[in-house]
Amino acid sequence: MQKMKLVMIGNGMAGVRTLEELLKIAPDLYDITVFGAEPHANYNRILLSPVLAGEMTLTDIMLNDVDWYAANGITLHLNSKIVRIDRHAKKVIAANGVEAQYDRLLLATGSNPLMLPIPGCGLNGVITYRDIHDTNAMIESASQYQNAVVIGGGLLGLEAANGLKLRGMQVTVVHLMEWLMERQLDRTAARMLQQSLEAKGLRFRLNTQTAEIVGDADGGKAGRVTGVRFKDGSEIAADIVVMAVGIRPNIELAQSAGLFCNRGIVVSDTMQTYDPKIYAVGECVAHRGIGYGLVAPLFEMAKVCANHLAHFGIGRYVGSAISTKLKVTGVDLFSAGDFSGGPDTEEIVLHDSAGGVYKRLVLRDDRVIGSVLYGDTVDGAWYFQLLRDRQSISDIRDHLMFGQSHLGNSGHQGQNKAAAMSDEMEVCGCNGVCKGTIVKAIKGQGLFTLDDVRKYTKASSSCGSCTGLVEQILASTVGGAYEPAAARNKPVCGCTEHTHEEVRRVIREQHLLSIPDVMQFMEWSTPNGCATCRPALNYYLLSTWPHEALDDPQSRFINERAHANIQKDGTYSVIPRMWGGTTNASELRRIADVVDKYKIPTVKVTGGQRMDLLGVRKEDLPSVWRDLDMPSGHAYAKALRTVKTCVGSEWCRFGVQDSTNMGIELEKDLWRMYAPHKVKLAVSGCPRNCAEATIKDVGVIGVDSGWEIYVAGNGGIKAEVAQFLCKLKTREEVLEYAGAFLQLYREEGRYLDRTVHYVARVGLDYIKERIVVHSANRKALYARLRFALQGEPDPWRERAKGAAVREFEPLHV
Amino acid sequence: MDMNDFGDRAGSVPNGAASADIATCAPVASPVPWRRVCDVDAIPRLGARVVTSVHGNIAVFRTAADEVFALLDKCPHKGGPLSQGIVFGRKVACPLHGWNINLGEGTAVAPDAGCTRRFAVKIENDAVFLLI
Repeated sequence: MQKMKLVMIGNGMAGVRTLEELLKIAPDLYDITVFGAEPHANYNRILLSPVLAGEMTLTDIMLNDVDWYAANGITLHLNSKIVRIDRHAKKVIAANGVEAQYDRLLLATGSNPLMLPIPGCGLNGVITYRDIHDTNAMIESASQYQNAVVIGGGLLGLEAANGLKLRGMQVTVVHLMEWLMERQLDRTAARMLQQSLEAKGLRFRLNTQTAEIVGDADGGKAGRVTGVRFKDGSEIAADIVVMAVGIRPNIELAQSAGLFCNRGIVVSDTMQTYDPKIYAVGECVAHRGIGYGLVAPLFEMAKVCANHLAHFGIGRYVGSAISTKLKVTGVDLFSAGDFSGGPDTEEIVLHDSAGGVYKRLVLRDDRVIGSVLYGDTVDGAWYFQLLRDRQSISDIRDHLMFGQSHLGNSGHQGQNKAAAMSDEMEVCGCNGVCKGTIVKAIKGQGLFTLDDVRKYTKASSSCGSCTGLVEQILASTVGGAYEPAAARNKPVCGCTEHTHEEVRRVIREQHLLSIPDVMQFMEWSTPNGCATCRPALNYYLLSTWPHEALDDPQSRFINERAHANIQKDGTYSVIPRMWGGTTNASELRRIADVVDKYKIPTVKVTGGQRMDLLGVRKEDLPSVWRDLDMPSGHAYAKALRTVKTCVGSEWCRFGVQDSTNMGIELEKDLWRMYAPHKVKLAVSGCPRNCAEATIKDVGVIGVDSGWEIYVAGNGGIKAEVAQFLCKLKTREEVLEYAGAFLQLYREEGRYLDRTVHYVARVGLDYIKERIVVHSANRKALYARLRFALQGEPDPWRERAKGAAVREFEPLHV
Repeated sequence: MDMNDFGDRAGSVPNGAASADIATCAPVASPVPWRRVCDVDAIPRLGARVVTSVHGNIAVFRTAADEVFALLDKCPHKGGPLSQGIVFGRKVACPLHGWNINLGEGTAVAPDAGCTRRFAVKIENDAVFLLI
């Protein structure tokens, strides 16, 4: 069958990204032809500023070289400007005479910089700032001339000014408005920005309208630029003038072909123009009346467009919230959303002018609608996420301004400002990745997302505690192209578009009982998923339909399949359960005998008050368990781990409650409970809290009059103090409330989210509502937990008796 | 069935047919004939078994489509036992640090780079044979 013909006009980032997305999902559908007016293949336009500043070279910023087009069977015409679209004959005609037929046409013509229609705008030395050609012109001028005037104090103008200054020119920025970047910044932040740029040697003329550009011939009307004259009659010398007053979508071609345009080429939510055979993406389009100039929204468009070109027909582009980051080294600035204020908005402002920090959050109806950060942008990505997700901040309002607490994170020398780090400093302590390595990968590989950076550098791919830092590095390197991952609607993995919540809902509503059923019903794109989605699906099935859904051992991580923790040399560790951290002579004797008999090299006391036998060979595991004759400790599982206890009132002279026995009761009540992630509890017998209950998923602290319950604490990757849930009188109540909270987490938590993440997402008020306020709800939750755990066997005992034996037995030849 | 007829379910290439560009992953030449390992059904679908051999442990994988592949049980990254990983499609995720390894080629999935040694494998009368 003959392939359909796809022609793309324009060879920039949005268009080529669309092709990449298309090739990913329908590699053989089209014969693709690309026409580009520039002589270059696809490069990263947003990195032109670092090139101008001398921080990068042109070769650094190529995204797809000509070989890429060849390798993907794409016909590429460079230096070929399309001058006509013949919609009737379905063909395009280039200025150089080349023609191409199409079945589908993709317009990605981008935008043109605006040139002010003032006298002298056509003089030599008056340039715009848009492409490689302009950048080279500026670099060349900087080596020959002294004085530069940049007209326009927006993002692009300031980046151009900064670059020219770094190249040794005297630069004056002329701006019509009262303050710089008035569309992205408020007056205060703009003032601070101006001061720091002035400290770098830039000069500014605000509130200034340019009247004329003066040349060196024909009475100032021709030749090369020599100066700029303003409305007030004053004049400054200029050897080059950079016009950076805005962009205009490039729609002439579309208009001449009779396509409906207003400010841009008008497209639907599927990126289709008024001609159903013609699609458009990028800066040239007007979507719901809005044109986008930053890369992140353009990439969203690309994805949607590719999906429809591929005939999948799912996905709509519904517009984007956008954020701005200035790519000027040493200036930390972030803005997003609407910060113009108004009668129905509220503001939280922190301003330390001496310290150079300014943060302003604009709220409406308990939601962030805008933010401007200067000097400390560490939480920019977080605020942007709150803004995009329209998340209520009523719970966190009191500390919202202080940002997302990164203080508890470890592994990167306590750093929380990426800009202040040198290239040699380690960002990811798990994988030993330095800042310089990350920056290099982002630039060299053309990375735009956190996932990309994780894939290429491994930074933030293990424990994730440095995610905030990596996001900052990404944001400051790619500027406006950076898009923080949307936590709200993130797909489970690359095998599906569906979110965790959607998967859970469908499993429940459709009463699905096996992984293949879920994958078929929800149209997984891979035959049997991947190592990310299968364990999640297995958990969702088992937690939704206990005693009905069938456990799939092959979809469990090895530790849960082998019921022991794999070690770096392929041996395993065995941690038997010791109720509440208590043991006795008989157990200790059996442990000692097992260590001798199986020559177990290391015995260690764990942080959870039990014994770890390390270096056990896999084939020995069943007999080790049989000889130990102790319950499984589930130290290998996303399940109840330990209930840590202090000695309590039985022995301690300060103890007011019997914490040890409370802990044992809780552990016996909850053991064998699988969960989205590991679950740790602790019980202290008095407020001295020796069991460290305030950093556990559920912490119980004995007071004279009863028990205080704390939830969603965390100790490891992200140290987080547990939040007070309620105070209870009896031991039975403690069991019920703790169990009900954990059941709620089991039913609603995303796989691999700890309780700290889950509660941060839903809010403590919601938890209180479900657990404390509604007693019927609590009792129902607890009953469901009891039902799920009923008859759940001890996996060690089963295997010691010979279950799943082939998991442990090697074969021989 | 002829010894050189590998059947449509044998996933790996026979001895000598390895692509030349990944020399270190090539199946090991050996004068010893095919050795019977086990029945196909002794390997769980989307799982693996460990086979001890003079070359060290060999991981024998079975895909959902009942293809069988054999690789040295060592991840090219830090030597993790691939037999213990989660099998999906024609790949396995190493249990230690999550590298994905192509079962057919023994190569790591990009952007990771490296490869582990392959062993020729065939299925005959529902039994798995290894050339080692």
